[in-house]
Amino acid sequence: MNDAAANPMCGIEAIVVGASAGGVEALLSIFGDLPQAFGLPIIAVLHLPDERRSQLAEVFARRLQIPVREGQDKEVIQPGTLYFASPGYHLSVEHDRSLSLSQEDRVHHSRPAIDYLFASAGDVYGKRLLAILLTGANQDGAQGLAHVKQSGGITIVQDPDEARIAVMPRAALALHTPDHILTLSRIASLLASLESSPC
Amino acid sequence: MERSFLEKSSDIELRLLIEAIYLKYSYDFRDYSGASVKRRVAHALRQFECATISALQERVLHDPAAFMQLLQFLTIPVSEMFRDPSHFLAIRQEVVPLLKTYPSIKIWIAGCSTGEEVYSMAILLREEGLLERTIIYATDINPASLDKAKQGIFSLENVRAYTANYQQAGGQRSFADYYTAAYDHAIFDKTLRENVTFADHSLATDSVFSETQLISCRNVLIYFNKKLQDRAFGLFHESLCHRGFLVLGSKETLDFSAYNKHFEPLVKQERIYRKS
Repeated sequence: MNDAAANPMCGIEAIVVGASAGGVEALLSIFGDLPQAFGLPIIAVLHLPDERRSQLAEVFARRLQIPVREGQDKEVIQPGTLYFASPGYHLSVEHDRSLSLSQEDRVHHSRPAIDYLFASAGDVYGKRLLAILLTGANQDGAQGLAHVKQSGGITIVQDPDEARIAVMPRAALALHTPDHILTLSRIASLLASLESSPC
Repeated sequence: MERSFLEKSSDIELRLLIEAIYLKYSYDFRDYSGASVKRRVAHALRQFECATISALQERVLHDPAAFMQLLQFLTIPVSEMFRDPSHFLAIRQEVVPLLKTYPSIKIWIAGCSTGEEVYSMAILLREEGLLERTIIYATDINPASLDKAKQGIFSLENVRAYTANYQQAGGQRSFADYYTAAYDHAIFDKTLRENVTFADHSLATDSVFSETQLISCRNVLIYFNKKLQDRAFGLFHESLCHRGFLVLGSKETLDFSAYNKHFEPLVKQERIYRKS
């Protein structure tokens, strides 16, 4: 057995993901291979135009093997489930491992905002968090990702050369040096290997 | 809960600030959702130009006016008239016919903020011929919001968006019938609030003050933790008459509450519940 310190991925308790323009395809490609028995919760913010009822969870549920839901206020986070933030509401993680919604001001013109989710998750999970920032056309997520890193978590930025829109990855890279800069296929295999990696 | 790391100084300071506010001013934010309070205090720090939460604490402890300013950051006055129009349409179609069976009606709008929900409800009740026999209690913890609610003056720009909401919500007239436009503001018909009592009331510290037939508490509970949500649901349960109505915001639910069994959904999609 490897020493736990040798593989920082083995203590990971949750994954947070942020994406904007081009995000649907990017998320489908990194989650597509996750097995039904995947054990970690994934909480995602994907910017979409404001709609009262989003089809996002339904669309992903049809394409993925893991359960997918819109995160509900005060819901206890379940392992192996992908949660999406509801349109029009910020989504945060609370210290008791439940979700909270908020209608506070938009951050970088966005609600839900990636920064909002990442900052709260960084506070709660500390070094046990894996945060991933993907394609997008604005600056949201950069500060949140830097906060995750400061809190001891592991950060991944999609390779800007590959990203559909590189503004969001580049904004993150301008603010901090992530643990990894990876293509979508590398992120997918990293996620799929998370649980099988020796701890 | 296991904590694998020592608490950060800023988290300690935040807890002390919230405790100080409670001890000094009786405003209880101790059971608000943590992430949201933390963000709002961080925002206040920048506006107050305080370097640390401790510095902010010193200011608000010794200066009640500074506390009232801070209170504006700690509460979230985000509201709309006829927000989620389908919700109001469902009230009109599913709840109003049952309300009409009561000789007199008391409605509690808990966490009414700057009054948008109050005027929406009053307009709906007037069109259904119920306003004259209804008393509305509109409560909030923020006196500045209550003052604004009492005035019933909203920006004309927002009122344009409210007009679309009103129409989708089953509005029967022209929305402009309810206000007078003056410069860039809309002054709402004061007869709408003739039977409205605006009052300072906290779901965190106060108790029930009246029996009611309907309680509307929309986009307030999301800022509470589970314990405080349950306190609020307990108050609502106590206040509501037999088979009374509870209506919530579009993303709020009783599903994770200890009070889940005490209410049954009437129109679940629209967050309209009935006391069991």
